[in-house]
Formats: sequence, structure tokens, C-alpha cells
Amino acid sequence: MLRYTVRRLLQMVVVLLVLSLLVFAWLRALPGGPVSALLGERATPESRHDLIVQLGLDQPIFVQYLKFLGRALTGNFGTSNGVQPGTTAMDLFLTRFPATIELSVFAIIIAVVFGIPLGYMAAKRRGGWFDNATVIGSLVGIAVPVFFLAFLLKYIFAVKLGVLPSDSRQSVTDATRVTGFFVLDGIITQEWDAAWDAFRHLILPAIALGTIPFAVVFRITRAAVLDVLDEDYVRTAESKGLTAQLIRRRHVLRNAMLPVVTTIGLQTGALLAGAVLTENVFAFPGVGQALALGFERRDYPVLQLLIMMAAMVYVVVNLLVDLSYALIDPRIRTR
Amino acid sequence: MALLEVRDLTVVFQRRGEQPFTAVDGVSFDVEPGQTVGLVGESGCGKSVTSLAIMGLLPKRGATVTGSVKFEDTDLLRLSGNQMRDRRGRDLGMVFQDPLSSLNPVITIGVQVAEVLERHQGMSRKKALTEAAGLLDKVGIPDPNRRISEYPHQLSGGMRQRALIAMALACKPRLLIADEPTTALDVTIQAQILSLLKGLVQDTGTALIMITHDLGVVAGLCDEVNVLYGGRVVERAERHELFAEPRHPYTHGLLASIPRLDAPRGERLMPITGSVSDNIPWDSACAFAPRCPNALDVCREVTPEQEWRGSRLLRCHNPVQPAAAETEEASV
Repeated sequence: MLRYTVRRLLQMVVVLLVLSLLVFAWLRALPGGPVSALLGERATPESRHDLIVQLGLDQPIFVQYLKFLGRALTGNFGTSNGVQPGTTAMDLFLTRFPATIELSVFAIIIAVVFGIPLGYMAAKRRGGWFDNATVIGSLVGIAVPVFFLAFLLKYIFAVKLGVLPSDSRQSVTDATRVTGFFVLDGIITQEWDAAWDAFRHLILPAIALGTIPFAVVFRITRAAVLDVLDEDYVRTAESKGLTAQLIRRRHVLRNAMLPVVTTIGLQTGALLAGAVLTENVFAFPGVGQALALGFERRDYPVLQLLIMMAAMVYVVVNLLVDLSYALIDPRIRTR
Repeated sequence: MALLEVRDLTVVFQRRGEQPFTAVDGVSFDVEPGQTVGLVGESGCGKSVTSLAIMGLLPKRGATVTGSVKFEDTDLLRLSGNQMRDRRGRDLGMVFQDPLSSLNPVITIGVQVAEVLERHQGMSRKKALTEAAGLLDKVGIPDPNRRISEYPHQLSGGMRQRALIAMALACKPRLLIADEPTTALDVTIQAQILSLLKGLVQDTGTALIMITHDLGVVAGLCDEVNVLYGGRVVERAERHELFAEPRHPYTHGLLASIPRLDAPRGERLMPITGSVSDNIPWDSACAFAPRCPNALDVCREVTPEQEWRGSRLLRCHNPVQPAAAETEEASV
């Protein structure tokens, strides 16, 4: 198991190296560039040239890449020149990343807490009105574009009804920062109003972001439970007179969780894409918002770091999924 | 008094948009305490459905069960779902056909045995696991203390079936139903499992319903045999009687279709032609008539009733005559 984990982590290094090369080349192949973005269309050739030299863009691309790589190995990914000029890309990432994690965790919690029980219930009532209604509902959930849903939620609950905040992470300004996860910070410091306020700010974006994962988890759970209910070992469990609750927990759900766990891992990766849209609609200061701004302003250092970090999160999450697989299924563990 | 009295048990499957299908059609039989009763027939004859109906394991939707299944004066078919849960595993145990798919792949063998004891005897997990190791030892699994923490895929096929038997017998039920318990196993293992089952039911006085298509299993194990065809009992007799003198043409055919080592060289096998799917319903004819070598006109027009012929129950218009089989062949 340890060897397996180490091997996967080494693979991740290779993935990141290849990706860094691709991202580096690809960003520079895009039309426009940081110079036009920073100075505008009417800048003089002299000032343009100065900036190009200052940013090191006059050198051959492979020299630029090797310099970037050398600095990156020491943790220096350069300084933002568009999103938050002056801040290092790493600092920018570190202050924004907790916001995105907090949002994603809430979105996944919503997906799991609703998706798994509803999927189980739909499977048990296969063909009934509950099953049909939830299956159609989940189809709608998958089909509605994230940004549309985000705007809709914002319009109804924040603008029209005014029951929930429409943007940012927190309205309380004097909250103590400990971890960067605002809800957690509030709980640790026992500043309950700050925690509650941060939580209220998360509700709408988390719903918008969690809808697709919810629908996917729901459908996979339903299908997996339907498969497992037909298995002989469930009949064996019934023949032993076990309580319905025990059969559900120990014999049905535990086996049905295998495909669901994989799905949760894949959805967590897809969540990063959703976060770009959701964070922009709710002006939520996470990496998704920075990513969109970075593209707009051609902020190469920020984009390079964020894209590579996104890839790393994806690889790590899927490694965790594979490891949890082994926890659930002894056939993998003992092989 | 009989331990189990099955009376007019009928199971009708009804799927939306399809014709209702009668899988079991008025089956009646008794099981005395400690007795071993065989239910024999081809696939599709209703033997497995009969056992699932007795255990209350048929799906609640889509299957209609009528008749009565009296277990010590309680009609099991009238019990609520939870009352039946209290009975299953405690009074009635069941062993299934495929031991690998019948065991939960992600739970240790020990827990799968122990959970029955926890449920019906209120044991703690620790005590139940100790007891489980003892049960595994009793069914002939070597090194039971190691095996309880292993998973089904780490056991051989025979071991798995032994573990399933240990689960079914954990609470010393008075009735055990074994649904083709040896079909998925190697021939050498089959004999071991059968002799294990035989020994266990004899030691504990457990009654056994043996469901099989294999007349060899019946010959070695059963006191009484019910031959099923198309969801009905067509012949019932004590074991020796049935093997010595099969009267129903179907039973006769089943026995004749077993290849014999002492047959002269070159003698052809005697299969029963056709398959169960060709059968016609029992409404206005004998369901076996299309495949029956003895069929008369009356067989295709009148449903044969169940009749006692001495100690034997028979459902046939034109049974095979005792000791006349050869003369009959000569006259044809």
C-alpha cells in the first residue's frame, strides 16, 4: 500500500512537469499578452519594449521556461502582474485557496448528504412516483448550466427575497483569521456570529456548485443500489433474518459505495471548473475568480501556478479515492 | 405432528404489461421433525420458488403467494415482515446455490456468521465471533480462528459453502432449506458437502428440505421425495420406493436419462425430449403430455388429479406399470 502511494506520488511529479511545459507554451501561444493587457492598445513602442524586458518576455521561450522551472523548484512562481499586481503568485494562491476549498467541501457535502440517501430511497421504490420524480429532478440538475443556476439563486434569494447575502465570503470585518477557512475560524475562536455569517455566504454558491455533483452522486447511488439489491448476498442476509436497517447499512450501502466513491473523486475534479463560474457570479474571492481574472489580464505567473495546483489537487483527490477504495473493498487490499 | 405443513402453495408472478405466470401451482407436502424431504425437478419447475415462498423471501411486489405454510401451527404466510425476520435465521435456515455470490465480498466470514448470533441470540460481537469460530470448526473449516478474519474471496468454493452452512445452522434452526447446495461445486467437494449436511442434520435433529435436480443427491440423502413438474407435485414417494419403481413417466424418464455404467456397450442414452418451456398450462391437460412417451388422448384433454396409489401420491392418467416396463416396450 505504501509502495503504491509512493509510486502514485512520483507519477504526479511527472504529470506536473509535463503539464508545466504545456501550460507554459500554451499560455504564450494565446493572442494578446500581458503587455497589451497592462498598458492598453495605445502604449508607445518604448514603454512596451521596457515592459517586455522587465517581464523577461524578450528571451527565447525555452530560456524563459527553464528560468521559470528553476525558480518554481524553490517555490517562487513569480509575481502577479494583473490579478493583484505586486503580490507573489504563491501568496495569492495561498490566500484564495482556502476559500475555494471551503466552498467545494460544502458543495460536496450537499451532494453526498442529499445524493446518497435520495439515491437509495429511489432505488428501493424503483418505478414509483418518488423514483420517477427524483430521476427527472436529477436530469434537470445535470442539464441546467452552473452560471444560470447561480444567477437564478442569487436573483431569488439575495435580490428579491433578501434572505441570503449575494457576494463575498463574510460581512463581519473584524473576524480573527486562523486557518483561512472562515467558518472553521469562527468556530475555533468561538466568534459564532462570524462563523454563522461566513456560513450564510456559502449557502447559495455551494448549492449552485453542488447541484451537478449532487445529481451525479444521486444517479450513481441509485444505479449501484439497484445492482446490489439483486445480489445473492443480500438474499442471504435476508435469509438470516437480519433487521432491514442492518441489511441496508452493512450489506447494501457498503457494496454500493464503491462506484459512488469513484464518482465523488471525479466530481471533485470537475468542481474546479464549476468554481470558476460560481465564484464569479457570487464575487467569491477564491482561485476560480482569480483564474478568470488571470485570463482576462494575461497574468502568466498566476495562471501557471493555479493551473498546476488544480492538476495537483485533481491527482491527489483521485489518489485518495483509490486508497479509500482499498479501505472499502478487501479484494483490492489483499491482492 | 408435522413440523412444516405446506398446503396448496401457489405463487403467481405478475409483471406490468405481461401475462401472470404461475410458478408454483397448489403444492402441498409435509416435513416431519428431523426428516429430509427432496424437491426434485428440472430448472423452471418451481422448486426454488417454493423454497423462497416458505422463507418469505419472494419480492413483495409482483409475486402473489396463496395457500398456507404451517410451521408448528403458525402460518408463516400470515406473519408480518418483522415477525418473519425474527423467524428467519432462528427457526428456518437456508443454504443457497452459488457460495461465492451468496457471501458479501466486503465483510469478513467471521462477521457474516456472527451477525446471525448477534441478531437472534443477543450475543456481543466478541462472544459471537468466538462462537462463529466454533461453528466454522464444526463444519470442517481448518484453522477457524484465522478464517474468521478472512474475506470470501480468500476461501475455496467448498470452504465458502461450509461457511454458508455454518451461518444457516448457527442458531440451530428446526428446518433447513438447501437450494441446490452442491450444484456450483466440484464433484469431489459435492460429496463432502452432502455428507457434512447429512451428518449435521442427523446430529441436531434438524429437518431438511433438499432442492435439487440431481437424483444422485436424492438417493444419498432424502427420506421422501417430491417430484415437481410445471409447478405441481407429480409424484411423491418414499426414497426406495421411488427409485425401485418410478410410476410417473416424468420420474421414470429422469431416472432413465442417467447414464449407467453397467449398461451394454453402444446402448443409447434416453433423454426426455423437449424442455420445460414447451409446457402447456395444467388447466385442461397434463402439462407433461407433450413430452410424455405414455401420453393418451385423455392426457391432452383432462387435467390429472392427485391420487394415492398405496403409499405413493401420483398425478397421471397413464402411469408406468410396475415391472411391466419391458413388456410394454416389446408390444410397441
